[in-house]
Amino acid sequence: MIKVENLTKKFGDFIAVDNASFSVNKGEIFAFLGPNGAGKTTTIRMLTTLLKPTSGRVLINGNDPVREQNDVRRSFGIVFQDPSLDDELTARENMEFHGVLYDVPKNIREKRIEELLKFVELWDRKSDLVKNFSGGMKRRLEVARGLVHHPKILFLDEPTLGLDPQTRSHIWNYIKNLNKEEKMTVFFTTHYMEEADKVAQKIAIIDHGKIIVQGNPEELKQQTKTTSLEEAFLAFTGKTIREEEISPIERMRMRRRIFRH
Amino acid sequence: MQTIYILWLRQIKRYFRSKTRIAGSLGQPLLLLLALGFGFGPIYQKAGGGNYIQFLTPGIISMGILFTAVFSGIEIIWDKQFGFLKETLVAPVSRLKIMVGRTLGGGTVAVIQGLIIFIISLIVGFRPMNFHLLLLSFIFMALIAFFFTALGTAIASVLEDMQSFQLIMNFLLMPLFFLSGALFPLQGLPKVIAIVASVNPLSYGVDGLRGTLVNGAHFGLLTDFSVLSIITIIVLVIGGLLFSKIEI
Repeated sequence: MIKVENLTKKFGDFIAVDNASFSVNKGEIFAFLGPNGAGKTTTIRMLTTLLKPTSGRVLINGNDPVREQNDVRRSFGIVFQDPSLDDELTARENMEFHGVLYDVPKNIREKRIEELLKFVELWDRKSDLVKNFSGGMKRRLEVARGLVHHPKILFLDEPTLGLDPQTRSHIWNYIKNLNKEEKMTVFFTTHYMEEADKVAQKIAIIDHGKIIVQGNPEELKQQTKTTSLEEAFLAFTGKTIREEEISPIERMRMRRRIFRH
Repeated sequence: MQTIYILWLRQIKRYFRSKTRIAGSLGQPLLLLLALGFGFGPIYQKAGGGNYIQFLTPGIISMGILFTAVFSGIEIIWDKQFGFLKETLVAPVSRLKIMVGRTLGGGTVAVIQGLIIFIISLIVGFRPMNFHLLLLSFIFMALIAFFFTALGTAIASVLEDMQSFQLIMNFLLMPLFFLSGALFPLQGLPKVIAIVASVNPLSYGVDGLRGTLVNGAHFGLLTDFSVLSIITIIVLVIGGLLFSKIEI
């Protein structure tokens, strides 16, 4: 479903993603783990057509995100790391907007919006402006929105960041269910290792832009002779805090503040 | 079509939902209309120019449209920062449609803003002289609105955040407004100012609006209309190209 070969992205001298290769099968739940600034979000941006790779090949559902952008875009739904709802619109309007952009016919659209909003328990608040929502409610709405067009692949970039355990388990139960019933492929990043351990069938760990290891949670634990995924993760990536590694991006971001290119 | 409509609708909804923004953006043009209109009125009359409010109103309407339009375009920077642009950019929709939808939405909002100023100016004492040309003056309002929204969008496509906002305000909007003939007649100006005014797109908007509302077009209505239409198309194409290159 997702095939990545020798993917590389450079920002000036800084290599954000370095020759990464991995693949995700149809119906698999795939966790993409790594410390801050390791290249997770940059990879997702390239897989989802927002950023052009410097080199390498990507296939999403058989299509190339650079040349067949719209085919790729139709095949996935995404929940971004930063909130991407329109605060001045209501929950329902945000869903409606998404449905129209993805060309979902009106009758199906309305049915699905109702279903999804009920599922994430926001149906009662459908006519409230999103700016009055709490962080957890916004997250639930974003997950629901990403599913309006019934994507084959769901990208989740730290979907449960800052949520309480109740909301986290609610969201994951829903996604696992969709994965099972609709054979939806799920690609997610997270910093909660127990979450990845519980949900993911396959894991890839990325650090300094390079994929260090791939396998299922048990394999990773066996390789490092550890008992939890958290320990295995630390064994693979070391215990240094990654502030130095983010700074090149940050510096570049500051330079790019005024002019984009 | 539906995509463009929903993008347009979003802008309109956002506009009507932020009442403070509507009121806020009316403040400056109204202050100028009242202070300059009544302040310079007597001198303008003495100098033989006639009623200054009559002369000034088309200029102030254009100014209201200019500011609202550029800001709606610049709103894309806002969308970039608050992430909503990503939602639009991962959708299977051509970038050109996104650009057109936004420009139509922002332009419509700017026209509404212009109409509100027009209605208020009627209360202040402005009297349009050519009722049969009223429709044409609305077309000029729309042209000003769409040109400057597209310009704002094009600028926003290459800017990263709101820090450059002041720059745009002081080095683009203010000169555009002050050197456009919105406040003073373009006849008999020092050469430099006259040249600057004649390359300023807003001059043609103000001139067209003034010509249709109260007569006395400096460049001529046909020139105004042609210049505005052509540059609007050019800036839409450039804006569309820049917009399609956005990477976030």
